[in-house]
Amino acid sequence: MEITVTVNGTSHTHDVEPRTLLVHYIREHVGLTGTNIGCDTSSCGACSVHLNGEAVKSCTLLAVQADGQEIRTIEGMADADGTLHPMQQAFMENHGLQCGYCTPGMVMAATSLLEENPQPTEQDVRLGLEGNLCRCTGYHNIVKSVLAAAAND
Amino acid sequence: MTVTDEITATAPESAGIIGQRMLRKEDPVLLTGEAVFTNDMVVPGALHLAVLRSPYAHAKLISVDTSAAVAMPGVQAVYSGADLAELWASPMPCAWPVTDDMLSPEHYPIATDTVNYVGDGVAVVLADSNMIAHDAIELIDVTYEPLEAVTSITDALSDRVVVHDELGTNSSYTWNLLVEEAEGDVQRAFDAAAFTVSEQYVQQRLIPMAMEPRAVVAVPQPFGGDMTLYSSTQIPHILKVMVAVTLGFPEHQLRVVAPAVGGGFGAKLDVYAEELLCIALANKHACPVRWNEDRSENTVATVQGRGQVQNIELAADANGKLTAVRVRLVADMGAYLQLITPGVPLLGAFLYAGVYDLPKAYDFSCTGVFTTMTPTDAYRGAGRPEATYAIERAMNALAAEMDVDPLDVRRRNFIGPEQYPYEAFTGLVYDSADHDAALGIAEELVDYNGLRAQQAKQNTADETKRLGIGVSTYFEMCGLAPSRVLASLNYSAGGWEAATVRILPTSKVQVVTGTSPHGQGHETAWSMIVADKLGIDPADVDVLHSDTTIAPLGMDTYGSRSLPVGGVAVGMACDQVIAKAKQIAAHQLEASSDDIEFAGGVFSVAGSPDKEMPLAAVAFEAFTAHDLPDDLEPNLEVQVSYDPPNFSWPFGTHICVVEVDTETGAVDVLKYVAVDDCGVQVNPLIVEGQVHGGVVQGLAQALYEGAVYDSDGNLQTSTLAEYLVPAASDVPPITLGLSVTPSPTNSLGVKGVGEAGTIGAAPAVMNAIVDALSDLGVSDVPMPASPLNVWTAINSSQSAANTEANGGS
Repeated sequence: MEITVTVNGTSHTHDVEPRTLLVHYIREHVGLTGTNIGCDTSSCGACSVHLNGEAVKSCTLLAVQADGQEIRTIEGMADADGTLHPMQQAFMENHGLQCGYCTPGMVMAATSLLEENPQPTEQDVRLGLEGNLCRCTGYHNIVKSVLAAAAND
Repeated sequence: MTVTDEITATAPESAGIIGQRMLRKEDPVLLTGEAVFTNDMVVPGALHLAVLRSPYAHAKLISVDTSAAVAMPGVQAVYSGADLAELWASPMPCAWPVTDDMLSPEHYPIATDTVNYVGDGVAVVLADSNMIAHDAIELIDVTYEPLEAVTSITDALSDRVVVHDELGTNSSYTWNLLVEEAEGDVQRAFDAAAFTVSEQYVQQRLIPMAMEPRAVVAVPQPFGGDMTLYSSTQIPHILKVMVAVTLGFPEHQLRVVAPAVGGGFGAKLDVYAEELLCIALANKHACPVRWNEDRSENTVATVQGRGQVQNIELAADANGKLTAVRVRLVADMGAYLQLITPGVPLLGAFLYAGVYDLPKAYDFSCTGVFTTMTPTDAYRGAGRPEATYAIERAMNALAAEMDVDPLDVRRRNFIGPEQYPYEAFTGLVYDSADHDAALGIAEELVDYNGLRAQQAKQNTADETKRLGIGVSTYFEMCGLAPSRVLASLNYSAGGWEAATVRILPTSKVQVVTGTSPHGQGHETAWSMIVADKLGIDPADVDVLHSDTTIAPLGMDTYGSRSLPVGGVAVGMACDQVIAKAKQIAAHQLEASSDDIEFAGGVFSVAGSPDKEMPLAAVAFEAFTAHDLPDDLEPNLEVQVSYDPPNFSWPFGTHICVVEVDTETGAVDVLKYVAVDDCGVQVNPLIVEGQVHGGVVQGLAQALYEGAVYDSDGNLQTSTLAEYLVPAASDVPPITLGLSVTPSPTNSLGVKGVGEAGTIGAAPAVMNAIVDALSDLGVSDVPMPASPLNVWTAINSSQSAANTEANGGS
């Protein structure tokens, strides 16, 4: 099936097998490998991207469902001049990442969380990120990063 | 005392960079998607490998019919184990034959005659895409003759069903450590004891679950003969040697690279079938071969951790002072011995007396048994969390027996600060510690006395929300390891680490390290060590690692060894670079090199403040070599291989506060305080991150995680939907306290911190839960303390009490 998807502001047209998951489409057809895969049950959130501005797990959608839609991935977050997105900057300043594998998904989910709730409490952040797993940080500094990003906004 | 977020700890003789909360150099590429993990690599012409795995825990392989799979378009080849048998020069390696008579079955990357766990590979497909490869393995027709599974340690010990016929028994080895001044001391201590406790604890199997599943790419050079292996591994250097041995591949033509690695936690400290398969098949097909692991494949095909039944007995005198410890351990090896499977329990063998002053009366024995489950191997802490769990739970049992506070019984037994360096009953020398001080900090941070008062008020007989407070005090034996000690334990390799420091002509610095980070921030920390030593900006240092061509010497990253061995090696190389640079500066400044001083990146002559030369100028002189002392070689580059004289001994105290709902069995962690003394902190930001993550991994063992097998040997927690890795909403914030006791055994005063959190956490959490329920007659709750397990423990102790009250049945 031929689909046209706008990814980080650029339009892409590809012929894909109908069973292709959005995450595989992003990684293998568009060639953006910043979006990681951590499970096969939509449990870990490593593959979170924005679909029309809202965080989704890109393993739960077929690529064909994104036809005509706007996708933003981690590669679309920082400015072209190298300035990090405020959420990326907050993760860096608060040591919100270690191995970095969950980080792209975590950043995408966290930015979406703040879109919905710009001034969350600590508990709001913990509940809001419960679909994203991290094995390194114990979440302490991830929560701190998101709260810092909210405070700086 | 300082609470986290304001910590700055400065090293002795530091120029001030060590101890700073420097932001990580690693972060920009990881935050932007620029980092390249193994499965992100674009490799033209690569064939995709998929592995068909056994659905049976134990079965004879009768036949493997690959014809339908081979016929599928896009499939290049399909192989059974028998088809590939000729490719292996020797079985898969176990580097730790712990006893001379240890039994180990021959283990090849693909099974040939029998399968011994669900997930054991039986055939492989090579195809043009990952999807086709996975479609094709569905078409392989395998006939099995099922055999009975062995899914418990007790069953394994009984030899009711022998997993490996050729061995005749499920017992792989029994390893003993008996330390007595005079024969019979241990038994005499128990006979004379005022108090004894005898406890059994079960360490459930855990799935390490690094967020990045494993991935492998093998790229051959068919005519040149070279082979490059990219793997999501913690151990590129060890892997290179093991691949050379296992495949008979010439080691000098082998390059192993660990690209960005998404966590390891010990599970990537191994040599895996898929690594060997990719290389062997890339060689055979003369083209790149790649494989990546699905999560549900990862839960069965990557090693698991823990899996022990622990029996521990303590003897104590009338003052509660320990007089003897006896431990009988049975450890679940799983179906095969992987790289260090049999040695993992022995890493804890020296720690079952914890941080306590025990006379020479220690009797430890461990038996390793085969089961029909995924092999076990190192998982964060490897042997030491298990040991700490047993002694720290048992110390609480002793406190209960004596009717004293759990802190009190610990204080009566601590090795005192004045006793350091302390030669333990095992002969190991503990470097430095102040246990009472660390405990005191934690006690104050958590408001221990206030909590006890609140508990006395709250936990009335009818109260359903019961408060519990749990403590653990521990050592993290790390800095693996002095090579001679490893030799005495029959380990097949050494424990040194290599480092090269190279000053480039423009005075930028390259550091080559043999450590292989996967989240620990070595690029940042090593840059800070070098910048501190050389008086330069950490931004001017680049750290090269995880590629055996760039960093040919190394022993990799595990066992909290990277800083106390690898980081110390970096510091030593800097010292030697400075020593050589002094000779050049002396020559240039026409002074004796003994009179050259070095500070802030500038060489100067003592007593002649106007005669000075910056490091940059010396580096350029070393590069041009136009005017060097006669006997001095050009360039400023030093390589060091450092074999540590001792383990390092971080220590600390964790205190956990819980509220347990006796009606639902739910456990709510109200507060968690950790004081981890890891010696000098190079970067407190990184130290804190390691402790946070470690605590949550230990807490996860206590509350959530467990690999559950049914009686047929099927893993019932084979996805992240069933295996409960905690989310942010499942864990508490963590309060850290600071204690810094430098190690006297290395020049940086560092100890390592990778595993401390995990070691301290599980016993603190479980002691808290038992503390909340002890008035109800509960003395143990099995891990994980799920609502069901907690509720069952409460209700079985209640019904036991009722039965007793009614005069028995």
